[in-house]
Amino acid sequence: MKKPAPIFKFMATLMVAMLFCLNVWCKGKFTLYLHHYVKDKIVQFDTLNYMNELGQSYIITKFKYYIGNISFISKNGINTISKDYFLINEEDSQSKILNFNNIPAGSYTGIQFTLGVDSIDNCSGAQSGALDPANGMFWAWNTGYIFLKLEGKSPHSSSTGNMLEYHIGGYKSPYNCIRQIRLNFNLQSDFKEDKEIHLKVDIAEILKNKQVIDFSKISSVTDFHNATLIADNYVDMFSVLSIK
Amino acid sequence: MMNKKSSFLVSLIVLSIVLVGYTTQNDYFKISKEDVELKIPKTFPKPLYRFKNNKLSPEIFVLGRKLFYDPILSKDSTTSCASCHQRIAAFGHIDHALSHGINGLIGKRNVPALQNLIWKDDFMWDGGVNHLEVQPISPITNPVEMNETLTNIILKLSANINYKSDFKNAYGDTIINSERILKALTQFTGLMISANSKYDKYLDGTDTFTTDEKKGLQLFRNKCANCHTEPLFTDNTFRNNGLKPDTILKDKGRGAITGIEEDNYKFKVPSLRNIAITYPYMHDGRYRKLSDVLNFYSSQNFDRQAAHEVYDIGKLSADDQKYLIAFLQTLTDKTFIYDKRFIDPFMK
Repeated sequence: MKKPAPIFKFMATLMVAMLFCLNVWCKGKFTLYLHHYVKDKIVQFDTLNYMNELGQSYIITKFKYYIGNISFISKNGINTISKDYFLINEEDSQSKILNFNNIPAGSYTGIQFTLGVDSIDNCSGAQSGALDPANGMFWAWNTGYIFLKLEGKSPHSSSTGNMLEYHIGGYKSPYNCIRQIRLNFNLQSDFKEDKEIHLKVDIAEILKNKQVIDFSKISSVTDFHNATLIADNYVDMFSVLSIK
Repeated sequence: MMNKKSSFLVSLIVLSIVLVGYTTQNDYFKISKEDVELKIPKTFPKPLYRFKNNKLSPEIFVLGRKLFYDPILSKDSTTSCASCHQRIAAFGHIDHALSHGINGLIGKRNVPALQNLIWKDDFMWDGGVNHLEVQPISPITNPVEMNETLTNIILKLSANINYKSDFKNAYGDTIINSERILKALTQFTGLMISANSKYDKYLDGTDTFTTDEKKGLQLFRNKCANCHTEPLFTDNTFRNNGLKPDTILKDKGRGAITGIEEDNYKFKVPSLRNIAITYPYMHDGRYRKLSDVLNFYSSQNFDRQAAHEVYDIGKLSADDQKYLIAFLQTLTDKTFIYDKRFIDPFMK
């Protein structure tokens, strides 16, 4: 076979280099903010009394969850932003601000992420960072991550000390509580300026729609019993607040 | 009276004896590169855990050994992994029907032997643990076992100068986290391989069986090997073997993990390697002797209907029982339990 002329080789190299540069230059930063609400008010632990759909009052003392596999959706498909997991904790303000670099310029129609931890990452042994079992979001007796922890108290609770305790996890069918979240928006960006996406996370949604949680009947979920019930509720807890 | 010269000579001799004694004692606990080589027994299949993200090294193994034998992993620093997993019982708990924890608390299951763990895809009698590396978290955090948290263990180890240097030797820096602790423990327990019993030697022709043992092997293959499949002597499934559920323990076994009705009262088929030294038997340790176990399968206590997935061995004649027990005793692996790599380093 005849060897390509040196000029072609040069031009091809130049084009690859240009494409590479374009890719690097036109990438920007975006920050995802998670704002925890109960209905239309920012959540306040311990002191503030809330009311569920059945008129049962409750307070909240803990709220933590995992999200991961964050992607942007565009007309051309899915652009993975990060394959990492993040442990979001209401009591740790830093955990509610996620920074991402190298986002390619484009026109995006939404964001997609996993609430929970994929099955493969539930079966991968000892891990560090967000998935460190020392973070207290891991079940040792039936190994796997707790995807979401919501704790509080209600006078209507049938548990000791009026506790409300919803520890939701499980990656195996039929008790799979991993949920894919997809939120639509319009984001045209060349990412010359850093972008901010603010999401509202409504804790009240965990306790209603599709199933209203009656504290006198379900005050504690710490294994597969009733877990998918709550998972089918928490799938709607995210919405887009604003994009800047 | 001794002159100066001879007293010098005597002191020199004494000193050298002490020194030699000291170094040999230290050497005894030394782990070489060769000691941590993964050697797969010829008759065994490919292991499921292959130390892929946990490269075997003498220093990490030594750290894992120390952690295994150190009661610092329990809440009140009284109970180590080795408190229940005794080397001399193939890392089971001789004479204890149920596991014992801190403050004299008692668990609900019999302590399983630790051996050939890298051929298992799940752990515990109910298979609730899905990976060898995270297995230790279960006994460590169980309120009736070691009742400790990973966070607290990290704090305790970080405050200990010796452990700081142990982690540095093992991992290159003094960072102590749960991943390192768990992976070090995994190197230690993962290398507990038992494959040098009289049975193994008989198979490769380096030892012979008595007539009784040969008859026992034949009987075993006809009646027991369906579940206790060679060479690991378990098929790693969960089965109801016909034991009537204990009314106090109310242990649903596998069913409590999967939430599937059919799985209730099923337990992992245990390996029979080293069975003669891991008494008592069954998931709740209700039988003291091998003959009790063999009698059970033909007794009124055996729930034939519940045990439909288990081969019905029927009533064994006294002779058959004698042969089977003779064979089961050939599964004891002395090289394993006396392997110096696994000896308590605090005996130093």
